[in-house]
Amino acid sequence: MSSAQAPAHRERTTTIPAVIARVVLLGAVLAVVAFTVPIAVAQKQWMWLVVMLLAAVAIFVVYSTKRFIPGKYLLPGTLFLAVFLITPIVLTIGYSFTNFGDGTRGTKEQAIEQIVANSVQQTDDSTWYNMSVAVEPGGDPAAGPFTLLLVDPASGEVLAGDAETSLEPVPASDVTVTSGFVTAAKDYEVLDARQVNTAYKALQELAVPVDDTSAVRVQGANQAFVGTTALSYDEASDTITNAATGETYTVGKVGDSEYFVGADGKRAFSQSWLQGVGGENYLRLFTNGAIAKQFGAAFVWTLVFALGSVLLTFVVGFALALVLNDERMKGRRLYRSVLLLPYAVPGFISLLVWSSFYNKDFGLINETLGLSLNWMGDPTLAKAAVLLTNLWMGFPYMFIVSTGALQAIPNDVMEAARMDGANRLQTTVKVVTPLLLVAVSPLLVASFAFNFNNFNAIQLLTEGGPFLPGEYTRGGTDILISMIYRIAFGGSGADFGFASAVSVALFALTGILAAIQFRFTNVLEDVN
Amino acid sequence: MLIRRKNFLALSGAATATALLAACGGGSSDDAGTTGGASDAGGASGASDAGGAVTRADADLVIWTDEEKAVSLEEPAKAWGEANGLTVAVQTVAEDLQPNFITANQAGNGPDMIVAAHDWIGNLVQNSSIQPVQLPAAATEAIAPIGLEAVTYDGQTYGAPYAVETLVLFANKALTDVPEPKTVEELVEAAKAGGAENVLALPVGEQGDAYHMEPFYTSAGGYLFGKDGEGNFDPSDVGVGKEGSITAAEKIGELGKDGVLKTSISGDNAISLFTDGKAAYLVSGPWALEDIRTAKIDFAMSAVPGFEGMDPAVPFAGVNAFYVATNGKNPAFAQQFATAVASSADIAEQMFPKNELPPINLELQEKLSGDYPEIVKIAELAGSAEPMPAIPEMAAIWGPLGQADANIVGGADPESTMTSAGEEITKQIGG
Repeated sequence: MSSAQAPAHRERTTTIPAVIARVVLLGAVLAVVAFTVPIAVAQKQWMWLVVMLLAAVAIFVVYSTKRFIPGKYLLPGTLFLAVFLITPIVLTIGYSFTNFGDGTRGTKEQAIEQIVANSVQQTDDSTWYNMSVAVEPGGDPAAGPFTLLLVDPASGEVLAGDAETSLEPVPASDVTVTSGFVTAAKDYEVLDARQVNTAYKALQELAVPVDDTSAVRVQGANQAFVGTTALSYDEASDTITNAATGETYTVGKVGDSEYFVGADGKRAFSQSWLQGVGGENYLRLFTNGAIAKQFGAAFVWTLVFALGSVLLTFVVGFALALVLNDERMKGRRLYRSVLLLPYAVPGFISLLVWSSFYNKDFGLINETLGLSLNWMGDPTLAKAAVLLTNLWMGFPYMFIVSTGALQAIPNDVMEAARMDGANRLQTTVKVVTPLLLVAVSPLLVASFAFNFNNFNAIQLLTEGGPFLPGEYTRGGTDILISMIYRIAFGGSGADFGFASAVSVALFALTGILAAIQFRFTNVLEDVN
Repeated sequence: MLIRRKNFLALSGAATATALLAACGGGSSDDAGTTGGASDAGGASGASDAGGAVTRADADLVIWTDEEKAVSLEEPAKAWGEANGLTVAVQTVAEDLQPNFITANQAGNGPDMIVAAHDWIGNLVQNSSIQPVQLPAAATEAIAPIGLEAVTYDGQTYGAPYAVETLVLFANKALTDVPEPKTVEELVEAAKAGGAENVLALPVGEQGDAYHMEPFYTSAGGYLFGKDGEGNFDPSDVGVGKEGSITAAEKIGELGKDGVLKTSISGDNAISLFTDGKAAYLVSGPWALEDIRTAKIDFAMSAVPGFEGMDPAVPFAGVNAFYVATNGKNPAFAQQFATAVASSADIAEQMFPKNELPPINLELQEKLSGDYPEIVKIAELAGSAEPMPAIPEMAAIWGPLGQADANIVGGADPESTMTSAGEEITKQIGG
């Protein structure tokens, strides 16, 4: 840190704008922290709380002193990297070892609570009452204990009951009844609708006994009915019992998740809960015969699709750029603008429009050309259709890039070539193209990477189809990502755990491919 | 020059990494995938863990639904709220209502109610997202039986139904002399005699459409899931690949060979083929009525016919209903509103002018039959339809059965194709 003694350096760090900027920045950080900490505490997001505090401390340490100069430059990027890149990856890997998905989102307590609550049924000739809820004077209107004051709409009789005592008639002189509802009662404080709403969770669990099996239960803010609860949960034995049939359900494993199962081992309720499943998801992925069988074919087509898209778009784009770069050509600006149009139309719109062009009986292509090609029904034709559409979508990009690169090639290079006796073709092939490739090849690699995972192009155009009879895993135009999307989400609803495992596997695969691409780019550098 | 190329390298590396993350992000947390969410997997999904696409409004009763239903519900719900001294907010969730609702409800910032089709019940129940709704006797008497059947799941009532939809047969009277054919054979003959460009506009598409194929599938004896003793669907008894479904496959194959069913007719163009006068018949639902009226087609409506000498065709019925969230802030008001919707026709009647769905309330059907004979006829025809199974396992049916239908229409061997679809479905349910 010998340079710290240099006067110029000291001068730079003490300018007034710099101090103000620093104070504003640190103040803003402090404000954000002060704003979000209570929220994080309220939502019990402990992990985020810790992360946020650590980040704030790091910002203060790095920016409040004159030291840590490299840190000042590195910290913002590192923080964003951590939040937006590393966190999703870590979360995905974490999920891949769970059964997270439809039916397995909540905790076991939530599942049990819901299973029991869902078993409340009206009795066969259930009586419905107009209900008011009351507490004793000075009682807590949110927690109870509650008393239900009921009016039988048929007879106009007023009844009262609570969790312990069953319904008893109330003398008419003790209550005020307004349009069928009890609005005031002696020895009670009647709750208003909002108070009932606030206390509703507790009220839903309230059962005013009628006889051995049935009880009066709350329905909405102002009604009650006679119903039964078939199921009850016993915490000691961790079982659910059906009082009506006497059946007992225990926790058992179905597939890779725990459910409450009957005596026959079949799951009795569809609710399950979030559990760790170890490597089950990966095991399922790698032992799935259909995937193993189709993976190779899908991989080959993915490579063909990505390479084909890049080459076709580049060849067309480059050729057009060459032609339109010739100064003898008139109206070049107009042509160039028109050629950019496909790039200006939102991709999903053009994909949907193109998909209707390929219709066998009513599509524009077959109708105009008088053909009856089954574009979307024949795997080979469908592949051609996908490439053709992607060419239309992609060539304007290559055209722009090539035009830019062409204009950057100095004229004297071409002049020199011509003076050495090269004709136009030789100049283009032997001088212009190699020079252009140096500038463009990294973009070709990027384009390849993009198309390798170009889910939209496939999903919006063909949905991966056509599927051969008896083949459901991979359609004729499925690239890896669209096939994997179907495996993860196509069948039994959302299965995030499995989908995460698939994502992690794909992550590894794409990583390897990226490494190969870098090698490839290094080779191109030798052109220089 | 070298430095610049390094930058490019870094860029392409970053691009790869971004693409990767997009793939991960799409797969991991955001979009609970129903099959359609194409744009989601691009990583651009708006739904976050915390809130879904919509932030819960601040009101005594918050209802989430899709755009059309929200428009029609807005005023009736507000009026009901005012009558009860409550504020009501109806919010539109334009896309992916179901996953957004499930996630938001789980996080505790979801709505108090949603309005949706009954076939969501299975998934909503297994995710502990909705609670039972008890309907008073007055309601159960006022509602058509199909409505109650649809919202009953595992012996429990989960919703307050208000509208019903099903598939019917539309005939273009200018193109056929038989406006209400009783059998498929009669239909084909009449359309051919009328010289229509296409006999029947029934969406098949390259991926198949098991929903629109259901009438023919059931007429030939096919079923999707068997029922247990209590009348609940039994996911271990898959009907696809069984005897009846193979007869259906053969019949569907014949219709494909005959050019009556075509994979080139899909949900995108079926209705427009009919309204353009290019098809003599159309199998579609109440949503097609507006287009048909606009096109000024002289049409007739009847039940979708079955095959000659076979069972009657039984299309799916879809029932729209109100559901109460388990984790909403105002469960009491939500329950109260559900009871109100079910017990009287008032709210459904006020919703009708802005979203003309066939009503489920018998009294309202009667009332509307003068001015809206077609709508009420669809509601009546729905009485002989079968509610679409609400069990989550239905998700495994659509893909394989649809693909099998499409392949059979395209000329694949009916028996082996249908059998393989059954095997695939069983495998997906089991796994």
